[in-house]
Amino acid sequence: MKRYAIPLGIFAILLVFLGAGLRGKPEEVPSPFIGKPAPAFSLARLEDAGKVFTPQDMKGKVWLFNVWASWCTSCRAEHPVLVAFAQQAAVPIVGLNYMDQREEGSRWLDKFGNPYQLSVFDADGKVGTDYGVYGVPETFVIDKQGVIRLKLTGPVTPAVIRDTLLPLIQELNRA
Amino acid sequence: MMPELGHLALILALCLACLQGFLPLAGSLGAGTPGRGASNLRWVALARPAAAGQAAFVTLAFAILVHAFVVNDFSVAYVAGNSNTALPLVYRVTATWGGHEGSLLLWVQVLALWTVAVAAFSRRLPDEVVARVLSVLGLVSIGFLCFMLFTSDPFDRTLPAPADGRDLNPLLQDVGMIVHPPLLYMGYVGFSVAFAFAIAALVGGKLDAAWARWARPWTLVAWTFLTLGIFLGSFWAYYELGWGGWWFWDAVENASFMPWLVGTALVHSLAVTEKRGLFRNWTVLLAILAFSLSLLGTFLVRSGVLTSVHAFASDPRRGLFILVFLAFVIGGSLLLYAWRAPAIGAAPGARFSLFSRESLLLLNNVLMLVAAATVLLGTLYPLFLDALGWGKISVGPPYFDTVFVPLMLPVLLFIAVGPFAAWKHAQAAQVARRLRPAALLTAAAGIAAALLAHATPAVALGLVLAAWTLLATLQHLVQHRRGQSAAWWGMIVAHAGVGIFVAGVTLVKGTEAADDVSLRVGATAHAGDYAFRFVSLDKADGTNYVGARATFEVTKDGAPVATLYPEKRFYTVQQMPTTEAAIDRGFLRDLYVSLGERTPDGAWIVRVQHKPFMGWVWGGALIIASGGLLAALDRRYRARRATAAVPVVTTTVESSA
Repeated sequence: MKRYAIPLGIFAILLVFLGAGLRGKPEEVPSPFIGKPAPAFSLARLEDAGKVFTPQDMKGKVWLFNVWASWCTSCRAEHPVLVAFAQQAAVPIVGLNYMDQREEGSRWLDKFGNPYQLSVFDADGKVGTDYGVYGVPETFVIDKQGVIRLKLTGPVTPAVIRDTLLPLIQELNRA
Repeated sequence: MMPELGHLALILALCLACLQGFLPLAGSLGAGTPGRGASNLRWVALARPAAAGQAAFVTLAFAILVHAFVVNDFSVAYVAGNSNTALPLVYRVTATWGGHEGSLLLWVQVLALWTVAVAAFSRRLPDEVVARVLSVLGLVSIGFLCFMLFTSDPFDRTLPAPADGRDLNPLLQDVGMIVHPPLLYMGYVGFSVAFAFAIAALVGGKLDAAWARWARPWTLVAWTFLTLGIFLGSFWAYYELGWGGWWFWDAVENASFMPWLVGTALVHSLAVTEKRGLFRNWTVLLAILAFSLSLLGTFLVRSGVLTSVHAFASDPRRGLFILVFLAFVIGGSLLLYAWRAPAIGAAPGARFSLFSRESLLLLNNVLMLVAAATVLLGTLYPLFLDALGWGKISVGPPYFDTVFVPLMLPVLLFIAVGPFAAWKHAQAAQVARRLRPAALLTAAAGIAAALLAHATPAVALGLVLAAWTLLATLQHLVQHRRGQSAAWWGMIVAHAGVGIFVAGVTLVKGTEAADDVSLRVGATAHAGDYAFRFVSLDKADGTNYVGARATFEVTKDGAPVATLYPEKRFYTVQQMPTTEAAIDRGFLRDLYVSLGERTPDGAWIVRVQHKPFMGWVWGGALIIASGGLLAALDRRYRARRATAAVPVVTTTVESSA
């Protein structure tokens, strides 16, 4: 008898999540990485496989580290916001092209504009794993000492830039 | 006046659906009769007339909505939102199901058609069974009619009427879109028949080989429609979205693919239940799951819970309604299953050994179900994270490709072996010996492909599995073709279609070439061995868009191959640009050109692609679907009423075994 009720149990759990999904609001996640040094890595650049980038290169600067991929539909929504933000030149943005194809990623930037100072190419997602990335897009704010100060999950919106990112960046730049 | 009549027709349809949903079912269980046990024949007899009446009113409402589109009645809010006077007549008609409200009406219309078909072609079934099946379909219809009347009325007026409508989404102004939704719904909704048979069996307490024989042709037809619907959606995305992609693991696609996977399992499981009387509870569960996933798909697409590239309007009230509906239908049927299945589904002592046709079909079932579960997980994962407050994310092709492809490898390994194995007990060594010719040819083909095409290991593996499926199926065909049923031929055709499909997918994904370049008139781009010369650019306007048409001459080693005319259009009402790709289709390759943006210095971003064996993907899918149709046409499903006396376990062993 019991095993015949298993499908019902699974469905009940599913229903709870579907119900929650109807009311869900995107929120910032407390990440275990906040306040910790950004994990070190050394990756080839997307647009030029001959050049290597490491977070050390950004020492002394406040910068954004944005995880994106050409297959990610939410990134598509986020992208124009980032392009507009990059034009303000408030902060350098480095892209992590996560689990993508090199040509697909480059084509995407050609097509929709490139807000990044540079993008690094993380084909197998190893660096993404080090940063605790569980979905795309995600954005990290990293300070002059190379410490992660904020992590945003999901698309960056103009409201988030105005209310969260810009104040934080100004504060970090003064420090 | 007409729209109010449509509204009234929907209300009357709802009344008749209530009649159809409750009385025949209650009557079949003996309600309203003095004694116990005997069924109330008058209530049972209501099933067919009520179903016919409901279908008539739904059809009337549908016709009125089409009429409102044809005569540009913009006082109807739904028409104003999805049509325009400049829209050509054929698209005005198809715009009927271009939006949320209309596609719901199409859903109910398709359900009404299935119901009438069941009522008409079930003369040989016991009246109680027919009454229960039609009642369950009536209950489903009640849910959708209420949903429409309370949250999404297509006949709502907007007064004063706007002078002109907002036009139909340009992407939907296409022949593929005329046929895709009806076909897909025929599949989705068609599983409601298998579902209704399953519920009727659980209620009635009789679940035997005859039951499987009744449910089988309906399931096969629904599965065939779903296959065609998914095929057309993919085919449409390929030429209309302009990227040359054809499967995106998008939530909406997954919503149709999950019922397909479970439906595939169901088609195979029904075969075992019919032939051997086994797997009964399993078959019933699959029938419930296939329809549940169809409903869940509707929920995901309609409620806006998951944002998707081609999502429809979202409204939380609608989402809540569907959620409650899901809880009733799926929760209710799973509860019924948990309660009734243990008692009625136990197989009468029939056993099968570890290696037999039963065990191979069970393996197929498990793999299909696991595949459906992984797709479900990937589709809902963003929703789970969001519900837990961990943010909005996208799970994309990397997940699905990594998880789905390995699951399909064993399916492809065994798909052609199954027919060689005997029911009950098969000798592994003997089957292996009999399959030796196909195995040797496959090995030869694999080595040849690897050497000739310089294939990567992944491509070589895909080709070997495709060749194996094709050759072993061919061998089975040659050795056993005499005196076989249509169902057997359907299996052979569908399995061969899988082989062709896999070969196509492998070669397209493994060897396609593309280039994105900024081109001026006169310049040339390259993809594979082909050169694409941008010859000229002309103006090409339509009734509701302005457009530019480019001419490309394609050559290979200097010899002309094709002339292609990709277009870029701008739809003036919706203020939306679209890309009309130009494709030269061939047996061995597609050549694909699409125009992107115009750069400030007057050049165009152009995407040129060489896609080898793309046609095999489409051909394979169509062959798979025709296999399903062939099997559904088997003569034994049309036998006369004698079937009621069929023994519970038929020990028929096909002449092949």
